[in-house]
Amino acid sequence: MPNTVREMICIACPLGCGLKAELSESGEILSVTGNSCKRGDSYARTEITNPTRSFTSTVKLTGGTRPVVSVKSKAPVPKGKMADIAEVLKSVTLPAPVQIGDIALPDAVGTGVDIVVTDRVSAA
Amino acid sequence: MDYELIVIGGGPAGMAAALEASKNGVKQILILERAETLGGILVQCIHTGFGLHYFGEELSGPEYAGRFVVQVEENPDITVKPDTMVLDIVPGEGSHTVIAVNKADGLLELSCKAVVLAMGCRERPRGALNIAGSRPSGILSAGTAQKYVNLDGYMPGKEVVILGSGDIGLIMARRMTLEGAKVKMCCELMPYSSGLTRNIVQCLDDFGIPLKLSCTVIGVHGRERLEGVTIANVDENRRPIPGTEEYVPCDLLLLSVGLIPENELSRAAGVSMDRVTNGPVVGQDRETDIPGIFACGNVLHVHDLVDFVTLESQQAGKGAAAYIQKGTPAERTFIPTKGVNGVRYVVPQKVDKSAVEPVKLYFRVGEVHKNAQVRVRCGETELVKKRRPRLAPGEMEDLIVKPEQLASLPPNAVLTVEIVK
Amino acid sequence: MSEQKKYDVAVIGAGVVGALIARELSRSHIRIVWLERCNDVAQGTTKANSAIVHAGFDAKPHSVKARMNVDGNRLMGQVCEELHVPFHRNGSLVVAFTEEEVGTLKSLIARGQENGVPDLRLLSKEELHAMEPNLNADAPAALYAPTGGIVSPYELCIAAAENAVTNGAELRRNYEVKTIDTTEEGFLLSNGAEQIAASLVINAAGVYADKVARMIGDETFTIKPRRGEYLLLDMSMGGVVDKTIFQCPSPMGKGVLITPTVHGNVLIGPSAEDIEDKEDLDTTDAGLRSIQTAVKKSVPGFAIRDVITSFTGLRAHDDKDDFIIGASEANPRFVNVAGIESPGLTAAPAIAKYVARLVSAILDDPPKKADWNPIRPEPLRLREMTPAQRKALIAQNAAYGRIICRCETVSEGEILDAIHAPAGARDIDGVKRRTRAGMGRCQGGFCGTKVLEILSRELGLDPTQVTKFGGESRVLVGKTK
Repeated sequence: MPNTVREMICIACPLGCGLKAELSESGEILSVTGNSCKRGDSYARTEITNPTRSFTSTVKLTGGTRPVVSVKSKAPVPKGKMADIAEVLKSVTLPAPVQIGDIALPDAVGTGVDIVVTDRVSAA
Repeated sequence: MDYELIVIGGGPAGMAAALEASKNGVKQILILERAETLGGILVQCIHTGFGLHYFGEELSGPEYAGRFVVQVEENPDITVKPDTMVLDIVPGEGSHTVIAVNKADGLLELSCKAVVLAMGCRERPRGALNIAGSRPSGILSAGTAQKYVNLDGYMPGKEVVILGSGDIGLIMARRMTLEGAKVKMCCELMPYSSGLTRNIVQCLDDFGIPLKLSCTVIGVHGRERLEGVTIANVDENRRPIPGTEEYVPCDLLLLSVGLIPENELSRAAGVSMDRVTNGPVVGQDRETDIPGIFACGNVLHVHDLVDFVTLESQQAGKGAAAYIQKGTPAERTFIPTKGVNGVRYVVPQKVDKSAVEPVKLYFRVGEVHKNAQVRVRCGETELVKKRRPRLAPGEMEDLIVKPEQLASLPPNAVLTVEIVK
Repeated sequence: MSEQKKYDVAVIGAGVVGALIARELSRSHIRIVWLERCNDVAQGTTKANSAIVHAGFDAKPHSVKARMNVDGNRLMGQVCEELHVPFHRNGSLVVAFTEEEVGTLKSLIARGQENGVPDLRLLSKEELHAMEPNLNADAPAALYAPTGGIVSPYELCIAAAENAVTNGAELRRNYEVKTIDTTEEGFLLSNGAEQIAASLVINAAGVYADKVARMIGDETFTIKPRRGEYLLLDMSMGGVVDKTIFQCPSPMGKGVLITPTVHGNVLIGPSAEDIEDKEDLDTTDAGLRSIQTAVKKSVPGFAIRDVITSFTGLRAHDDKDDFIIGASEANPRFVNVAGIESPGLTAAPAIAKYVARLVSAILDDPPKKADWNPIRPEPLRLREMTPAQRKALIAQNAAYGRIICRCETVSEGEILDAIHAPAGARDIDGVKRRTRAGMGRCQGGFCGTKVLEILSRELGLDPTQVTKFGGESRVLVGKTK
């Protein structure tokens, strides 16, 4: 099997370089091109080996002035886990009132990262 | 006098201005907010990315707003009237009157020494675009959809096309996807996106949502509920190219096609406006041409980052405090600023020659430039020049001019901001 | 099938013509059922037309159109006063652009005089440009009709509907007449689920009038919708013209008009196109651009900016080229009110009176109600009040202190009034047309969510059941979680 090339846009700075990473058959990174600085190289490597993202969504609330409250992952989570977390959050319901920082879901889908409330909603 | 300072709008701009005025010794401050709570549009912006510049950490909109809400609530100098709509501002000599209405107080007529305009902006609606076709439900501005999804917990559609690649549209592409909708594409009329690169990568690329540049929606279909849209590529004059039409089935069209500062009150009060920013003409303390009326945040010019709204609004709050305590200086010379050679506008539009602090000139470019230089000059004299790896219409830029540079300028000077070819 | 109810008269169609007919009929002691296939009144041609009260020089002398136009124009003032509907006799101008067209103006004046239109006169170039300084400076003359006016068509319809319901007419919405059977006592109408018996039917079904007539075997006319596209511009464009400006009709077509609206906006249009599809309300790029080009002939300096919205209306053009008003040849108790295209809005009050006389004759002069109330109370409008009035109103009811629509300054109290009025609003567009909430610059961007919430609360509907304009036009498709 030939080597594969993955393309991506670097977001380490506003320049937005178009990066190309060449991967071997085993998934090893052979080269990164298109970057204008060292940060682009490391961005590409992280994006390929362990891309992470901040996750945000809402969860249901009972007895509050609003029906839902916003939440986020306390730290970035693996990109591939976002859909799983979204799915699990569908069945989470918190009782109002809630404060910023309240834990909505501890250790989301085994990532070790808590999902926390990001807004304050008082009881109705 | 009912209050020393009345701030119209309790979003990030209004809160920062009020807090800064308090810090500078103003005692009787009133914030009039039309929503039930403080925080403005940030309350529905539940994604993260706020506060990287100001707090050095990545916060969600409600968290960023929350930090200021707590300060406002704890500040004895600041009163907040929520659910209150300002109907009119009547400027006067040494005192202005603000007319507002709410359920608890009825009609309010409040006098004050100074006013800060911090009403924010609104989204450009469909009517302004003149998209041909029927008038079904299922066409919303991205921000309206954001409120339904993030605050009310309802989905406005399941199969989505987004027109315009402004940041709210990009953010909503991700939100709708994570809530189970299928976002089919994001169409952008221009050959480049007006959104932040970070958002294009994390909101579109991550989910395999195509960004179609130089592409627009030319027709909507469906009698009662939206059934689909026709998209087409556009030429360099932004006219649809015949033969490129494509029908895309969808039940929701989200519009993210620009923001317009909400200046109806400012205009009615008689404040002079900048035709490019659609906001008031201000000096570096954000005072408009009516003494004692200040403006900051998205009502002044549309920002892409709230951090800069906060910084700008602090200047307005400080300026208002100085005005309340000392009035207008007897003698003041303003130097106008001007954007040329690819720079669309500059805020502030004029700079007090006797400024004691460095003056930050915010500006926006009209097109994407890579590896360019930007500079401030006065006539042939170059004051500041900086290299920028990339300039884009979606990203606000700034350059700083020092007080001693201003002081040395000749009479009739103009500060010109430009891209150096 | 459920039990059928019996009425003296069934009026089909709740456009402005049907509404004014229902109102006129409600003066008499008769049982009136009024059937509308949509979720609200004013959903067809009434909501999308030029909003002009024509003087009456256009129609062919001795036609039904001519008579109804001139009579309707005369009646409009009183009707709008009783119903508290914005109406303004701003006067109309027909502008000539060539010497040849001046000749056309002279024949229009002669025609108008024959129709009985008062005070028509030819303006010289100087008079014209003194009156309307923004007009094409080359225009050599214009016809001036001081009795021309502007009105809000959907508000006239809504107000007449409210008044008709107040006076006893029974409005049934979402009732689409699918079949009409002739019986000994009259007619049996059905929507497929519920039957309604009436001894007399009035067919005011707009572009569907031919389809309804066919249900009793009347094939004497065909309605061919004529599509017109319009652009509505922001109030900042207001003041560009004071009068309604028509272009002189030529072999090339009728031209487009530019007119102020009673709400201070500017309306331009229409384009004209005959179509087959009675639901085709699409606006087209070509149509909208043709209007923009044509209007510059009247006002060369006119810059099309601040467009609030574009819309399309269907005019119920019939193949006879005149209004069809009267008993059907197929059945003398079936009254057609069809082909009511321009100047139908102007003519509507006269048509209503005429039809009421006809009905009276058929039903052997039913007695008039002694307590018939001609007045539709004026809706409270916070934005039009003085500070003292606002203060008093909010003190009386705090709901008027909560502003929902910031662009048009509409309070929650006004929206509640609109929902709970007779023939009240049931959807977002219904609230918009009754209160102007969502009609301003942001087009409901901010207040749409709040109006939806209020409708849901007041009508006891789940938010996902609230519609933009009935049917499947729901705004929300489900919960996120």
